Amino acid sequence: MIRRRSLVLGGLAVAAAAAAGGGGLLYLRTKGGKPLIKIGGPFALSDVDGRTVTDRDLLGKPTLIYFGFTYCPEICPTTLTDIGQWLDRLGPKADRLNVIFITLDPERDTGPQIKRYLANFDPRIRGLTGSVEAVAAAAKAYRIYYRKVPLEAGEYTIDHSTAVYLFDKRGEFVAPIGYGSAPDRAVEQLTALLG
Amino acid sequence: MKRMIYSATAACLIATSALAAASTPRIEAGWVRATPPAARAGAAYFNLTNPGKAPDRLLGGSAPGVERVEVHEMSMTDGIMRMRPLTDGLVIPAGGTVALKPGGYHIMLIGLARPLKAGESLPLTLRFEKAGKVTVTLPIKTPPAAGAH
Repeated sequence: MIRRRSLVLGGLAVAAAAAAGGGGLLYLRTKGGKPLIKIGGPFALSDVDGRTVTDRDLLGKPTLIYFGFTYCPEICPTTLTDIGQWLDRLGPKADRLNVIFITLDPERDTGPQIKRYLANFDPRIRGLTGSVEAVAAAAKAYRIYYRKVPLEAGEYTIDHSTAVYLFDKRGEFVAPIGYGSAPDRAVEQLTALLG
Repeated sequence: MKRMIYSATAACLIATSALAAASTPRIEAGWVRATPPAARAGAAYFNLTNPGKAPDRLLGGSAPGVERVEVHEMSMTDGIMRMRPLTDGLVIPAGGTVALKPGGYHIMLIGLARPLKAGESLPLTLRFEKAGKVTVTLPIKTPPAAGAH
């Protein structure tokens, strides 16, 4: 009987998560609030100047991570602009946050390419890239869906998860901010994250 | 006599352009998304009306400083953005209007020679299956934030 009840509750949680619809996965949580699916994990990538950055370098500060690519015409520049506006509204508190952009297109998004691209957004956004394998491993650890879609003349675009993910200073996943989220709500989430 | 020929020619020209206008797709409320430096792709949006009596198809186009102009469809499901080139073009029904807008159908500008700067404009030539080529000059704008609408 107890087992059946928890199954029902589990079903409700799935429905609620599906309704929230952020990020293309279900944020299942146990009663204690711990996510059932692990989001985040080890990665080793390079910043725009070629210095190695790993998941361990992010510990000690809360972290915002967004995966995208610089060839992305709409969602990525819009999200990066949104992130900049959230940071502005947080004021000096925002300096206590790691703000990370990880490319899903390491073949075209080299360090210098990302550096030039990010120059137009908030300077607190740090870009990371790496080998195809290293980026794939990072995307897998963060449960990011992405897939290359071929275009004409050998070009391609990339389908991908669009949510921004928030982590606490121990690297534990806290919550997503969905694409197009109301700025007030996003700033509220970030304020809570920064404590 | 000469004058008569001139006016006859002029009348013909007017008639031809009036005829063309009757079935030439109308492009309204168009704009091009401003791009950050080093961006290699951009997008254009507009409302496309087909005043003709037969359906037409938007196939693609060209623009200066842009390697390729394609018609794409974007969709968002469960937080995943998907993009598909419409390889058979985008059908505009007879007498109908199709909106190309953020989050849906759009013109994808691939291989930008230089950034698309807000305040400037882009002459965009669109290619239709029946109407042929139609050129419009669209303003380049910085869109509002995603959460702002």
